Amino acid sequence: MKENSYDYQIVRGFTFSALFWLIIGLIVGLWIAFQMFNPALNLTPWLSFGRLRVVHTNGLGLGFGLAGIFACSYYMLQKLSRTPLVFPRLAKAHLYLFNVIIALAALSLFAGMNTSKEYAELEWPLDIAVVVMWVIFAINVFATLVKRQEKQMYVSLWYIIAMTVTIAVLYIVNNLEVPVNLFKSYSVYAGVNDANVQWWYGHNIVGFIFTVPILAMFYYFLPVSTGLPLFSHRLSIISFWSLIFAYLWTGAHHLMLTPLPEWIQTVGIAFSIFLIAPSWGSVINGYYTLRGNWEQMRSNYLVKFFILGITFYGLQTIQGPTQGLRTLTSFFHYTDWVIGHVHMGTMGWVTMTISAAFYYMIPKITGTGLYSIRIANVHFWLILVGQLVWTVTMWIGGIQQGAMWKATDPDGSLTYNFLDSIASLYPYYKIRFAAGIVYFAGIILFAWNLVMTIRKSQEVKNQPLNR
Amino acid sequence: MGVYSKPVVFAILSAVVILIGTVVTVFIPMLMPSTQPVSDYVKPYTVVELEGRDIYIREGCNNCHTQTVRPLRTEVLRYGEYSKPEEFAYDRPFLWGSRRTGPDLNRVGGKYPDSWHYKHMKSPQSMFDKSNMPPYGWMAENRLDTRYSKKKISILGYGYTEEEVERQIAGYKARVTSPSYDSKEARNEVTPEELRNELTEMDAVIAYLQKLGRDVKNMEAEE
Ligand code: HEC
Ligand code: HEM
Ligand code: HEM
Repeated sequence: MKENSYDYQIVRGFTFSALFWLIIGLIVGLWIAFQMFNPALNLTPWLSFGRLRVVHTNGLGLGFGLAGIFACSYYMLQKLSRTPLVFPRLAKAHLYLFNVIIALAALSLFAGMNTSKEYAELEWPLDIAVVVMWVIFAINVFATLVKRQEKQMYVSLWYIIAMTVTIAVLYIVNNLEVPVNLFKSYSVYAGVNDANVQWWYGHNIVGFIFTVPILAMFYYFLPVSTGLPLFSHRLSIISFWSLIFAYLWTGAHHLMLTPLPEWIQTVGIAFSIFLIAPSWGSVINGYYTLRGNWEQMRSNYLVKFFILGITFYGLQTIQGPTQGLRTLTSFFHYTDWVIGHVHMGTMGWVTMTISAAFYYMIPKITGTGLYSIRIANVHFWLILVGQLVWTVTMWIGGIQQGAMWKATDPDGSLTYNFLDSIASLYPYYKIRFAAGIVYFAGIILFAWNLVMTIRKSQEVKNQPLNR
Repeated sequence: MGVYSKPVVFAILSAVVILIGTVVTVFIPMLMPSTQPVSDYVKPYTVVELEGRDIYIREGCNNCHTQTVRPLRTEVLRYGEYSKPEEFAYDRPFLWGSRRTGPDLNRVGGKYPDSWHYKHMKSPQSMFDKSNMPPYGWMAENRLDTRYSKKKISILGYGYTEEEVERQIAGYKARVTSPSYDSKEARNEVTPEELRNELTEMDAVIAYLQKLGRDVKNMEAEE
């Protein structure tokens, strides 16, 4: 199949959409991080923390995360099946629809149209638009796979298929609601059942956005950018099936010690512990792929993104099951510890992997090489240091907060009132804000580097003689 | 080899694999009445409380406040009796939350008089200078929108007739605008002149906050 019959326009479109929403989402993140130690930034109703936090999570999870996933999926899909997209015009519609949805999502969340169910906050008209968009994506995925020239589907394609199917199920089931008017609806589930459905969704939407498709990228881009074959095909088969099987049983670890029936909580803990195995299956597969070639950590600027990324994934998948245990959840649940967990995953694993994938794809598409590898290296160190300081600070803060909530005096009364516990965290919140700035600077360099790569390729095109 | 060369079969197989855990931990519990028991003590929200709850959702208070007291000694000491499943039978959506930047609110009903809440909502920092809760004074400048109240009640199946809905709204309005209302002074301080004889969003949120945990407290008192 000829290189130039592939549809790269769509890959580019989603790549730059992802960068755009990443920057917006991070600005909002910095804003709310500031509000947490200084409420003066709650300037207007639509800039109040309760509304903005949702803009941050949706902007990054759906805006940045999904766009990155679509960009890489369209690329991997074509490459791995050696077939151009079957419906390029549909893909173009997908790109426009996606950006319209995210823009309307942000506006509606600013306006307080919000169902309150985490990561499913969008009101019903946007839910319908999301489902339509998903169907459009799925049509291209399956049509291209059915027409593919390559007999076997590579591991990454399994993860893309699993994501396509599972997100459809999750999204539809958790968003069933009865409209009151265009801007307001009520969940069809009540109380404990609503909580159970929501966290089955919540855990798995994180899993099937921030884990499954990111693994698809990891399994594809690590081998192609190092020229090394994947260590073990069999290990990837076992990891895949056990991961997607076990994931769906674990939502209850978000509802530990709540009124949810105890047996569901226990099942949730058991499967969370089990999840360490398939997660580390992928980590080990990644490490061993590099065996004997570790010098690439220095010589190939992309490798360190992947290896640090998968390392954070590995740490994340040990921390997650551990913090779900009854004794630890009673201490850490609801504290900043969990916020640290979230951001090691998103600022570490997810952004590192997507960064490297974009750095690989965009120069391939333009055919001119990356604008600056040095900038890419600076980007790497800034997001690494920013993320580490950010998350370690939150873990320490979380331990302190948990301890203060539990502290009692010898006579059995509580040592600290609630306000003491939150106010004592403000120094940590300030450090977090500073670390966020460092991370944000890295992201700006990332976006700049890719924009300049495109610019450079256009200049080269305009000067045919110099070629 | 097998499913790895058949995308559609692969998709169906994945769907089956992900549905097993889903059916066992989510769908089956939904069919079991013991998952969400009901109790005669726990009453549905009144119309005004429900409107207040919708504002709580709109403002994302749940991003900072949980509504489940866990069965842990220090937690019961701090907030009160731990939460029971019966209490949430009328909650659509549930509002347990996942983050405690502010204290749990599941037992806040009756903890303070309304006047405390008017002052606190208007400016948390004026009461606790270190609080990071956003000020919500502007809620007292918004008239409460009750256009959809009847429809909301009928969707949620709380069983009030249309007259009952109107009666409840009028009743609550009469309460907070009456000269003998015990929190009149604080209310007048935050509410602009022209809305003092109307229901505001702030009135509704406070009605909702005062409902949280009240039924359980009544039950304990009777026992
Ligand atoms: C940025 C996080 C944040 C948001 C958003 C927030 N709060 Fe708070 N809230 C706090 C903190 C911190 C406290 C404890 C200090 C204080 O009383 O101001 C608190 C205290 C309270 C209290 C007193 C609880 C008690 O037992 O003393 C109530 C009631 C309350 N908030 C209601 C609300 C409502 C209603 C909303 C939404 C309109 C809301 N809060 C939004 C952080 C928040
Ligand atoms: C500059 C970097 C960032 C800053 C300053 C930041 C800030 C914040 C803050 C202040 C919160 C709320 C914490 C709380 O309520 O206590 C939060 C939550 C969250 N952020 Fe970020 N964030 C950043 C990067 C990211 C990225 C890159 C992602 C995803 C790709 C992300 C996803 C989330 C999610 C999912 C939550 C919700 C966590 C939960 O509910 O437990 N953040 N962030
Ligand atoms: C084996 C894998 C994992 C397990 C078992 C796990 C477990 C958990 C647990 C128990 C919580 C809830 C903590 C609490 O509220 O007390 C949690 C929260 C969270 N985790 Fe993980 N985790 C895993 C991997 C990941 C990965 C790879 C990411 C990627 C970013 C991630 C993102 C999140 C997010 C965003 C939340 C916050 C949810 C919320 O409250 O809004 N997790 N995880």
